[in-house]
Amino acid sequence: MSTALNQPHQTTAAASLRGIAKSYKHFRLNNIDLEIEPGTVNGLIGPNGAGKSTIMRIMMGLVTPDQGTVSVLGQPISSREASAKQDIGFFSDDMRLYKSESLAFHMQFVRSLYPNWDEDYAQQLLARFGLIAQQKIKGLSHGQRVKALLLLILARRPRLLILDEPTNGLDPVAKQEVLSELMQIVTDETRTILYSSHNTQDVEQICDTITFIDRGRMIASSNRDEFLDGWRRFKLQAPQSWQAPAIEGLRPESTFGNLRVMTLDRYQAEVEGRLQSSGATLESSEAMTLEEIFVAAVLRGREEKQQ
Amino acid sequence: MTDELLRVYTVYMNNHSWITLSQSDPRALYLQVIEQIQRRVAVGDLLPGTELPSIRQLAADLSVSVITIKRAYLELEREGTITTRQGKGSVVSDQPGLQSSIAQRELDEHLNQAAQLGALLGLSKTEMQRRITEAYEKSHRKPK
Repeated sequence: MSTALNQPHQTTAAASLRGIAKSYKHFRLNNIDLEIEPGTVNGLIGPNGAGKSTIMRIMMGLVTPDQGTVSVLGQPISSREASAKQDIGFFSDDMRLYKSESLAFHMQFVRSLYPNWDEDYAQQLLARFGLIAQQKIKGLSHGQRVKALLLLILARRPRLLILDEPTNGLDPVAKQEVLSELMQIVTDETRTILYSSHNTQDVEQICDTITFIDRGRMIASSNRDEFLDGWRRFKLQAPQSWQAPAIEGLRPESTFGNLRVMTLDRYQAEVEGRLQSSGATLESSEAMTLEEIFVAAVLRGREEKQQ
Repeated sequence: MTDELLRVYTVYMNNHSWITLSQSDPRALYLQVIEQIQRRVAVGDLLPGTELPSIRQLAADLSVSVITIKRAYLELEREGTITTRQGKGSVVSDQPGLQSSIAQRELDEHLNQAAQLGALLGLSKTEMQRRITEAYEKSHRKPK
């Protein structure tokens, strides 16, 4: 078993998880397969407790999976020494800084550990994030603390960033500063970002691929535009006796008198025609926001699991 | 383009105040990018041969995903507004009549929408023609 874990599978991906499973007393992560291409921004969306942090900790080698293989920047994660993590930047809100020391102290400290530390970039980040190097950590607001942590990670210039809820609890201005900085990073197409959030709007804005996680399972994972183009909501007028045509992925959402609301996760242009010719009148065919798609996908996933 | 012009232009592009993306706009972000670049070309703010920022640069400037800009550029290229040369980036196309063809297409879209609205209101063809003639005369009326 341990030899299997030590053998990374061949991949050109920046990070790759295959068949990952991990059981805890009250939680089980199941069949996680994730391929992260270099130069992309990847969003991991899920409700609290869905398993997002566990996936990230497995990628960092902080948690050992019961099954499956993990390869990060072409190396098996379980055999990685601390020095091999030079190229990965991991952010988590529960990271601790020395409260009575200044940000400058921490910058000096990280700089001494990481030869890739980029002091010019660190100074730019200080200015762009509106931080003061001499300020003590205990005097920082939540937003400032998040930005200080990000500065300490970004200035190392890691090739892969694994960020666990970096925008959680940030005010709109701080959030834009962070998102904009992340997008600056991927102007270099060898750098890659994986980032988790339960805020679909942040993810929709900057991510190229999106993975939905719920209750330890992957519900859907694809290119962001495939989600947005693939999902539709239809409003139909149909008599009680109406039978929905057999369109794969079409599900009833609600019924009100003769009004039927249905969602579809595999939309194609001819679907409207088929609905019309089934004896129903199509009132509307609407695109859905990522948030609506997320909720619909989670509910479908839970339904399927019960069946 | 002279160096100085290019410099002014680059600043202008990096300010990217010429593209504004709205979360409250129901249209997808890439469609908003397409529409605004087409408009700048149609009114002559972006002249043929003008270099556009790279996909990743524009994504960073607007803080949107790379695929949003990639898709917008692919679509703009497909319909002929921009030309992309391998390794050299994208420029506004050099075809004569490009600006007017974009404006023409925009007109077609408006007419199609008007026709659909007319059908929704149950207007006859003659009634639609009368309304269009009326609108035309209104905009061509000489001020007294």
